[in-house]
Amino acid sequence: MSMNPFDEIAVEEAVRLKEAGIVTEIIVVSAGATQCQETLRTALAIGADRAILVESDADLQPLAVAKILKALTDKEQAQMVILGKQAIDDDSNQTGQMLAALLDIPQATFASKVVIADGKATVTREVDGGLETIALTLPAVITTDLRLNEPRYVTLPNIMKAKKKTLEIVKPDELGVDIAPRLKTIKVEEPPKRSAGVMVADIAALVEKLKNEAKVI
Amino acid sequence: MSALISLVIAEHDNQFLKAATLNAVAAALQCSPEVDILVAGNGTDAVAQAASQITGVRKVIQVESLALANQLAEPLAAQILSIAKNYSHILAPATANGKNVLPRVAATLDVAQLSDVTKVVSADTFERPIYAGNAIATVQSGDSIKVITVRTTGFDPVAATGGSAAIEKQSGDAAVSNASSSSFVGRELTKSDRPELTAAKIIVSGGRGLGSGEKYQEVVVPLADALGAALGASRAAVDAGYVPNDYQVGQTGKIVAPQLYVAVGISGAIQHLAGMKDSKVIVAINKDPEAPIFSVADYGLVADLFTAVPELTKALS
Repeated sequence: MSMNPFDEIAVEEAVRLKEAGIVTEIIVVSAGATQCQETLRTALAIGADRAILVESDADLQPLAVAKILKALTDKEQAQMVILGKQAIDDDSNQTGQMLAALLDIPQATFASKVVIADGKATVTREVDGGLETIALTLPAVITTDLRLNEPRYVTLPNIMKAKKKTLEIVKPDELGVDIAPRLKTIKVEEPPKRSAGVMVADIAALVEKLKNEAKVI
Repeated sequence: MSALISLVIAEHDNQFLKAATLNAVAAALQCSPEVDILVAGNGTDAVAQAASQITGVRKVIQVESLALANQLAEPLAAQILSIAKNYSHILAPATANGKNVLPRVAATLDVAQLSDVTKVVSADTFERPIYAGNAIATVQSGDSIKVITVRTTGFDPVAATGGSAAIEKQSGDAAVSNASSSSFVGRELTKSDRPELTAAKIIVSGGRGLGSGEKYQEVVVPLADALGAALGASRAAVDAGYVPNDYQVGQTGKIVAPQLYVAVGISGAIQHLAGMKDSKVIVAINKDPEAPIFSVADYGLVADLFTAVPELTKALS
């Protein structure tokens, strides 16, 4: 299993904050099947200190994951939670915002720059019209966008080191969290396929088609 | 709650009501016969007026507060939550703002959120794309309140005029008491006289094939000028710094469906196609005949974009 690219950026950002002396400990968390251990080992190789897998084969929807993360954030007294902005399978883009709501702390989604100083996170966000910068008091939740950083390649020595780091496995029950899915998937279908059109020989042919056939210009 | 009533969160910048709101109202009218709009901001009289004229709207709730001036998630969510229990459905367009605030509302209500809904099957069943639009899931919600972000390309907008809803002013106390943990620092918006990407009838997008930001300006911009088009880009072009982030079309950028989409030097990665394959007519210009973009293009031209695109611009000027 490979790590979601947004999550990889989140781990990288945490590691950079630690290297800058701002963060003292990085705990990486995943919720899902046993195989998620591999993903956590990758995060440990990037530079996280220890890992927790909340093991479950259930259909974990964003609200359930947010509840799991809330329980762990409370338990570990984390001051900052960094997550990817969205999964790339269900594309929901919800978990970070939901976690912030459940913890009743501020959020900065779609981050492209993070500066931590004096108990505050100043975060530049990618929004529809460009960029927006907000300041949050810690603890806070940050979700990452693509331009926040470029994750490092993991090196063999770091992969070896990662194998010795602690990876704790807990069950959702032990955290006292209700993970029952709220949405029922009735069916999954392929969308109507778009058929390929025609190739045109030159610009004159293209302009003619756009004017007379498609009538869009 | 027995009666079905929807609340739509208006998308606006305190001055203008954004067109995406009209698509969200269209989706809301398919969820329930009655639809209210929340205009939460600061100095929003013109926005509330515009909202009151939207076809099909029952009531506009206008909340004025400095705490709402920048649409920060914490005060805005608190304001929505103060009236959430009156509604069966809460909807917002799936814009950066909608995606930012609605999951926060849903989690506080202890309900699921439905992201990027493209079709309302019934009051509790919806379609939404998954796997970058390669599959469509039909999902049913058992929660008492359905919290939904609406993919605007899935719904034709309702008419912006023709309605005459009453405007009811409500207090912003809920926002004010949740405004201490976050603050607005600044904004760096891309200045442009062009149509907004998500509302444009024609879009010209440039990709990695351009090679540089200078070439994007030299080649793509004049074509967009000639067509009166909005400017877009592939993720590769944004990552390479040719253009700002808000130009990005794709799975993790903007989802567009214009009448005409012209892809210049874009290979057509799955995540890009996810953002534009519902366009009515797609034109692709690329020197690589094997580029996946040609599999979705209505009209493809295999050519060197540095000569073909200026030629097209000239033909259209």
